[in-house]
Amino acid sequence: MALLKSSKVIYCLGNISPSLGVLSTRNSSWWGGVQMGPPDPILGVTEAFKKDTNPKKMNLGVGAYRDDQGKPFVLSCVRKAEAIIAAKQLDKEYLPIGGLAEFSKACAQLALGPENEVLKSSRSVTVQTISGTGSLRIGANFLARFHPGPHDVYLPKPSWGNHTPIFRDAGMQLKAYRYYEPSTCGFDFKGALDDISKIPEQSIILLHACAHNPTGVDPRPEQWKEIADIVKKRNLLVFFDMAYQGFASGDIDRDAWAVRHFIENGHNIVLSQSFAKNMGLYGERVGGFTVVCKDAEEAKRVESQLKILIRPIYSNPPVNGARIAATILNTPELRSLWLEEVHGMANRIIKMREQLVAGLKKNGSSHNWQHVIDQIGMFCFTGLKPEQVERLTKEFSVYMTKDGRISMAGVTSGNVGYLADAIHAVTK
Amino acid sequence: NIFKVPQAAPVAVFKLTQDFNNDQFPNKVNLGVGAYRTDEGQPWVLPVVKKVEKIIVHDDRLNHEYLPILGLPEFRSSASKIVLGDNSPAILENRVGAVQCLGGTGALKIGAEFLRRFYNGSNNTKTPIYVSAPTWENHNAVFSSAGFEDVRPYRYWDAEKRGLDLAGFLGDLESCPEHSVFVLHACAHNPTGTDPTQEQWKQIAEVMMRRKLFAFFDSAYQGFASGSLEKDAWAVRYFVSSGFEMFCAQSFSKNFGLYNERVGNLTVVARDADNLKRVLSQMEKVVRITWSNPPSQGARIVTITLTSPELFSEWQENVKTMANRVLLMRSQLKAKLQALGTPGTWDHITDQIGMFSFTGLNPKQVEYLVKEKHIYLMASGRINMCGLTTKNIDYVAESIHEAVTKVQ
Repeated sequence: MALLKSSKVIYCLGNISPSLGVLSTRNSSWWGGVQMGPPDPILGVTEAFKKDTNPKKMNLGVGAYRDDQGKPFVLSCVRKAEAIIAAKQLDKEYLPIGGLAEFSKACAQLALGPENEVLKSSRSVTVQTISGTGSLRIGANFLARFHPGPHDVYLPKPSWGNHTPIFRDAGMQLKAYRYYEPSTCGFDFKGALDDISKIPEQSIILLHACAHNPTGVDPRPEQWKEIADIVKKRNLLVFFDMAYQGFASGDIDRDAWAVRHFIENGHNIVLSQSFAKNMGLYGERVGGFTVVCKDAEEAKRVESQLKILIRPIYSNPPVNGARIAATILNTPELRSLWLEEVHGMANRIIKMREQLVAGLKKNGSSHNWQHVIDQIGMFCFTGLKPEQVERLTKEFSVYMTKDGRISMAGVTSGNVGYLADAIHAVTK
Repeated sequence: NIFKVPQAAPVAVFKLTQDFNNDQFPNKVNLGVGAYRTDEGQPWVLPVVKKVEKIIVHDDRLNHEYLPILGLPEFRSSASKIVLGDNSPAILENRVGAVQCLGGTGALKIGAEFLRRFYNGSNNTKTPIYVSAPTWENHNAVFSSAGFEDVRPYRYWDAEKRGLDLAGFLGDLESCPEHSVFVLHACAHNPTGTDPTQEQWKQIAEVMMRRKLFAFFDSAYQGFASGSLEKDAWAVRYFVSSGFEMFCAQSFSKNFGLYNERVGNLTVVARDADNLKRVLSQMEKVVRITWSNPPSQGARIVTITLTSPELFSEWQENVKTMANRVLLMRSQLKAKLQALGTPGTWDHITDQIGMFSFTGLNPKQVEYLVKEKHIYLMASGRINMCGLTTKNIDYVAESIHEAVTKVQ
């Protein structure tokens, strides 16, 4: 049987049975041995939702913001920025490999704060990336090539599903630290500290800057301080993933607090940012990757290497979204408008959390749903078990991922009551 | 230092533009990077693109939601039709699919990553990847960064006769390991501007089919080369009709002038619909860990244009405008060099096709042009014909004359 695994034998067998592997005759295919890839668990939810004919159906799967009518929301500041850009009649010449300079600068300032010593001493480099995924990918590739310590990336348990395959494909090993405590639907602070304190020196630790995905559970500032201390003691490289700045609490500075604290605390972090959610620029693919270095000279060397990594993937990044984001960030009235709109999105989510819990209480639920309010950002880890999730989907056409995660963005004042009824029905 | 990170050398073509930008000489000329320029030496946003962008801005139904992982469906199918032809039998047989990618580079990347995982066994990083000698400098990096350990040149450019080294090309096709991958330039070869004739493509295809070699086309200049979409796609379509399973990386950077929107398409021609489905499902996984889903703006512009008969015609006219200006500059440059009596033959300038010309100038002559005459071109002697205008062509011709006569 081991022989059958050898490609030489499969090649011969291909003559007899084309589906078994390498092309041998004109009528068979190069791709006979290619398996069907598993459906993406999150997008699979949307596929199933689309097919459902129940008028009360709810899509609480993918994390894209919806307004209170359940519609995609194009921010006014985005529309205004687009009008300004259109009037400029700009050309379409290639951007530099590292992207639109005024975007990268504004992106870094947004994360670090414009007065940050790191920016003033030019000891960081920020490149424009293909949203958060592209940023993580470039970061993973950079670490795989240049990180002198162990190539182990410690993710919180659980983390965004795409973190693992990205780092793995870049050649890194994945490990985990305790994070979510199922019994409280909250933060396992003790477990996290305990695990982090045992991570081998110079390993890489990935932290969600705010609005942890998928749990919505964030450390409090005092807890972040302790984490920063222990991470420093272990001499770990910190990789922050910030996909929800502004979107979590409604306040961009508050949401960036952990990132800024770590830097102040002496960590030279690497940071991924996305503008998919906080500016609603999902399909424009706007993101940034930042490396905080020892000094300006190191930053220049790092920048040159990031370009070498970017060029063979996509040469240079797309302009449209970055230009919109830069226009917003760099035009005072638009920036103010944006901050208001981000605040508005975050507030609607917070309100939905409160209404969902109120609805559950009204239904007479005996469970403690406080975590729904305590959790922050787009997602809520309900604590529902797979069987309950299945019932929600089958009996109530409420679609969510199997882990019990719901996207609060999919909840509206029009359907929150129905959701409360449905959750109560499967948990009472 | 946490990172012992050495300074990397800049990408040559961008460094050239940087040096050009920093040059104060009033009559400087940039014949480096491959982007179209008008006769005023300016970038050109195609009129049809301006029109379509207005349509998009005023369409309130459009938002900025995520595209599917494989991209905008109508973009993928209309882009594939452009290269394969509306009535391609392969399309009618439902065995053509596509992945919207970030430019031609992105399409090459996804194709390369897929091949490394699934072609010629699994994770066979030792499969030889053949790229033409010379080729676009990023081809090497795309395939090696995808994990292929053996990226090799195939003979292509005959420097002495300034033309295609067909015997060498065919020789490499005959002697390479079976199942090797060949990156083929669909038209307007970069950097030489020298394409095989139809007869020569037939010979190439015959050997590749017989020796079970994989055809990976790079089509960055369709329409831009001859002015005709059909003519520029002839080689790709011939290979499809010959029965190859193959990839074609398409770029819309040049023929739509959408350079910075990153619009590309990886067209996949498979044996049948079932194989196609499985291939696309695996490509989806590669996309998900690279950029998740592609940018929407450029794909929308292309789709709206290609799917509207009037806009499509207008686009074809815009493409012809660009191609014709290049052809004019080619014939004028050759005429002027001949009139000057510049040593050597200059037929290759009009024989070659597309944006680039491999002048045949040697590195010393190139250096002379850059340093003494402030004319910026690649060390290989490659010039971008689009950098020539009616205003600078005399200066360039005279300078080439000087370089050839003064510098050996």
